[in-house]
Amino acid sequence: MSGNVYIYILVMSLITYLIRMLPLTLIRKTIRSPFLRSFLHYVPYVTLSVMTFPAILSATSSHWSGLAGFITAVLLSYKGKGLIFVSLASCLVVFLLELILV
Amino acid sequence: MGERRTQFLRGLRDGIPIGLGYLAVSFSFGILARKAGLTTFQAVIMSAMNLTSAGQFASLSVIQAAGSYIELAVSQLIINLRYCLMSCSLSQKVDQKTPFFHRFLMAYGNTDEVFALSAAVKGPLSPFYTYGLIGVAMPGWTLGTLLGAVAGSILPGRVLSALGVALYGMFCAIIIPPAKEDKVLRITILVAMAVSLVFSVTPLLNTISSGMRVIILTVAISAAAAVLAPVKEENVQ
Repeated sequence: MSGNVYIYILVMSLITYLIRMLPLTLIRKTIRSPFLRSFLHYVPYVTLSVMTFPAILSATSSHWSGLAGFITAVLLSYKGKGLIFVSLASCLVVFLLELILV
Repeated sequence: MGERRTQFLRGLRDGIPIGLGYLAVSFSFGILARKAGLTTFQAVIMSAMNLTSAGQFASLSVIQAAGSYIELAVSQLIINLRYCLMSCSLSQKVDQKTPFFHRFLMAYGNTDEVFALSAAVKGPLSPFYTYGLIGVAMPGWTLGTLLGAVAGSILPGRVLSALGVALYGMFCAIIIPPAKEDKVLRITILVAMAVSLVFSVTPLLNTISSGMRVIILTVAISAAAAVLAPVKEENVQ
């Protein structure tokens, strides 16, 4: 390391904050365009889908336990279980399965 | 006052899975940060100021290689650009009556997970709900970094591995219930996951960084969905 670590940290946090802050503060009015409104409506669903799959398959010690965690989460969410329940239940399934697998 | 308190407490409660997931992820960040030559204090400060997983992991390789500040800035811009989309989406969600300064504060904690829960609120979003989420997420993220940096072996590997799915489980619980009654949403989610899989296994396409992939696919698929199935006014939150 040659650069100053604190300057590194300052630079990256500044960039990250600006990315998050500028759209939130610059776009204050309600957007009227039906296309943009629809687009922004779909954004969270697509983003979360893309981030979840297939990344969840490599989030644990084995692809199979990751897959089991994913299936558990999908099924329980479909049954309308809450966030914490779904989240912890899929962790538990991974944990139990890995007792056998790993 | 009572309403703010209720929203804040609801945020704290909903934020528990975020805090747990962050604890596990930032724990491994703490370990790696020490390996990259940062002190425990520096690792914790970085987590507290950035609150971003992929960006912080990527920064370690730049710092370790003594990269330039510009290189670090550009890599952070690319990896974290997805927050720009999320903030655009959130800008429409915040209650119009909310005083302006709240937007500066909310921006600090607009992580993937905090955004996901904020966007999933029915009706306009109270900043205090988001503050509640950040109130669990931020301590989880920094505390995990601290623990990882101080004692890399404090949690058994099995527990860490299991906690690895915590955030993804939560994502499923956010996107799937609304998709149950909405066919377009169901198809959109399936297509998004399928294309994401294709991008991660196809040679050449899989060299695109995960941050970039999220941006490209989010823009392309959301735009396609918006053209093919424009949302009727009353359905848009």
